[in-house]
Amino acid sequence: MTQAVFGEERPSFAQVRVSDAAAAHTVVLMGNPNVGKTTLFNALTGDSARVGNYPGITVERRAGQWRLPTGDVELIDVPGAYSLCARSPEEQVALEAVLGHGDNPRPSLALVLVDAGQLTRNLYLALQLVEFQVPIVLVVTMLDEVADRPPLPASIGAIFGVPCVGVHAHRKLGLAELGEVVSQQLGKTRVGDARLNYSGALITDIDRVASALPTRWRRNVEHDRALAAWALLSFDPQDELQAPPDLRARCEEVRADAEKASRDIDLELIGPRYAFLEKHVPSVYEQPAPAEVVVSWTERIDKVLLHPGLGFSAFLLVMLAIFQSLFWLADPAISLIETLVTKAQGLAEQQLPEGLLGDLVVQGVLGGVGNVVVFLPQILILFFLIGVLEDSGYMARVAYLMDRALRGVGLQGKAFVPMLGGLACAVPAILATRTMERRRDRLLTMMVVPLMSCSARLPVYALLVGALFPPTGVFGGLPVQGLLMVGMYMFSTLTTLCAAWVLGRTVIRGRHIPLLLELPRYRLPSLGNTARMMWQRAKEFVTEAGTVILAFTIVMWVLLSFPKLETPLPISGDANGPVTELQAASVRVSQAPSPIEHTYGGQIGHALAPVMAPLGFDWKLTVGIIGAFSAREVFVSTLGLVFGIEDAEAEEAKPLRDRMRAETRPDGSPAYPPLVAFSLMIFFALACQCMSTLAVVHRETRSWRWPALLFVYMTTLAYLASLTVFQVGRWLGFAG
Amino acid sequence: MSAKTLDEVSVGTPVIIERVGGDHAFRRRLLELGLLPGTRIEVLRVAPLGDPLELLSRGTRLSIRRREASTITVQPLEGGS
Repeated sequence: MTQAVFGEERPSFAQVRVSDAAAAHTVVLMGNPNVGKTTLFNALTGDSARVGNYPGITVERRAGQWRLPTGDVELIDVPGAYSLCARSPEEQVALEAVLGHGDNPRPSLALVLVDAGQLTRNLYLALQLVEFQVPIVLVVTMLDEVADRPPLPASIGAIFGVPCVGVHAHRKLGLAELGEVVSQQLGKTRVGDARLNYSGALITDIDRVASALPTRWRRNVEHDRALAAWALLSFDPQDELQAPPDLRARCEEVRADAEKASRDIDLELIGPRYAFLEKHVPSVYEQPAPAEVVVSWTERIDKVLLHPGLGFSAFLLVMLAIFQSLFWLADPAISLIETLVTKAQGLAEQQLPEGLLGDLVVQGVLGGVGNVVVFLPQILILFFLIGVLEDSGYMARVAYLMDRALRGVGLQGKAFVPMLGGLACAVPAILATRTMERRRDRLLTMMVVPLMSCSARLPVYALLVGALFPPTGVFGGLPVQGLLMVGMYMFSTLTTLCAAWVLGRTVIRGRHIPLLLELPRYRLPSLGNTARMMWQRAKEFVTEAGTVILAFTIVMWVLLSFPKLETPLPISGDANGPVTELQAASVRVSQAPSPIEHTYGGQIGHALAPVMAPLGFDWKLTVGIIGAFSAREVFVSTLGLVFGIEDAEAEEAKPLRDRMRAETRPDGSPAYPPLVAFSLMIFFALACQCMSTLAVVHRETRSWRWPALLFVYMTTLAYLASLTVFQVGRWLGFAG
Repeated sequence: MSAKTLDEVSVGTPVIIERVGGDHAFRRRLLELGLLPGTRIEVLRVAPLGDPLELLSRGTRLSIRRREASTITVQPLEGGS
């Protein structure tokens, strides 16, 4: 099928390296987005893939071992791109990986994937590599989609004089042949050839820029010219690239001169490349182009899915399905995990000697592991759904459909899926921001998604609404309790959008980037790729964010259990009658060993009480808020401890509700009138009461600055909003 | 006969790109995707909320906003109006 046709042999500095038979070769895998790069990478590297990060930026770097007849090579998956040109460090990764700049190993070869249905556009990237004198092997994918008029791989390779292999990675077709071709090519000095019709004036410009290249970037004339062309296309006053100032200045100078002469450098560079491709691409087909264009499957599907009415209904259905599966599928798994952790804690309690170490293991370590594992069901489900959305091509349609709605507040259309996920839990939702390419979009979404009303707020709302608002209350003909719950969801969505608007104009400012989105052909999602991504995300979460969550859990345990009283007080509250051994054990497990008021957490609660008083919160609620930093729902059990009620979460928290209702101030008035409850709900809606969210933002941004900002802005917002609610409420005459 | 901008073209009418304008980086991306002067392009549809547009050129479906589409000047396909 493949017959390599080679151009003239040219020496290239890229190959002038100490010949070392044992040295593993590095091969980079490149291609446009949506060409099946991940599928091929997985098929070639199997289970050896490792995921890391490029230094300093949050772009994933995936590498793995590819077993070739002549030995293993290191295969590096370079993020998909239409061109090597860049305007951000994230995009510059492709150039650095292929040239071996920075910490990247210098690759011996680049595999360039090309979509058989989009040859010209895909070969544009290959052409850039040829200009850089990088040895390439072309890999044609998606041949099955153009079965009625297939291009000949050998002829495609002949355009540049490089080998070309057709593969079908899903069915593992063509992989052995690809391996053989690559084995033969490794260590050879042949590079492709393309004669481009650049104008004389342009070549002069390119040489002017090339002479400003720093010595460490120079290799040979052709390579330097390619790099100069890259710089001319990539640099502009607004790019975010790190570049030597001399080179940047020279580019600006050359551009300014060209403008004076009414020349268009971009067009002069890109035009001849396309002219070259347009001249040669028709020769790869045996059949002439059909006169009539057949309506593609994708077009037929889009007629429905992007239809003004039908398309929007379909979109809402898909989103509703995602939303529901995050609850329906995850809930049983989460309950099971919680039960298992409690069982394990009970077992450990029996096995371990009583004392500090035992408590640390039971409350701190086992509790912490439980706090990590409990997120896995939702993470796995959300990434399964995201995998299906992305692979099928629908994710790009989500961005297309929602762009208008979200760009007003500075978010991009793809932010819709993480925001939706945020209604279940911010942790998987923050991980889901990875679907956005731009760091700024990711950051902005990450910083506002925790404001969405997650499911951990529900038990808190349920307790407060149930305990402190009259169940028979009616407002405008509707039940008050129901209205409040709906109102909290609307409030959270609104604040999320407002926060995006404000943060996008202040802290996370970014230059306005125009939308440019490819709507790829619809394809059947690959379950293998999706399963691999789910596994990868879960593993990263457990090993990286998980350790931080574990550490936080132990800190929280110390805060809420120490110092211990010398003589434990008898269990107070409703624990009347004989205490069975089993009950006693469950009490020890579910309750901090010493009354919470005397712990550091309790002391902090007391100390903060004057600060919280203008919000309507007494020290008891404040301790509850401190405990809720582990996770919002812990508010309920912490309050239970404060009021001396074990098992506060059982039976719809009835004992706790009664206690809260009955609680009075010294003057005999109820301690928690509805206004206090409302103020507290607003506080929970806005405050960053979730250490796991902070841990995962830390993991995703690789810094403590962003989680710190998130915590400070959300908590300040919560304080001010509750303060306003409580004070205005009292002024309006509500009991406070 | 007269040149229009891409956002003014009616849906489903193929036209020829005359000039691509706008912000440097964005313009470069469009050119690199093959939206060069002389290339045939068609507005396939408009998103349900009125923006962005879906374009078809060289077999690729792209989406850009009206604002950027207004920087692309186009000519009718056959020289007729």
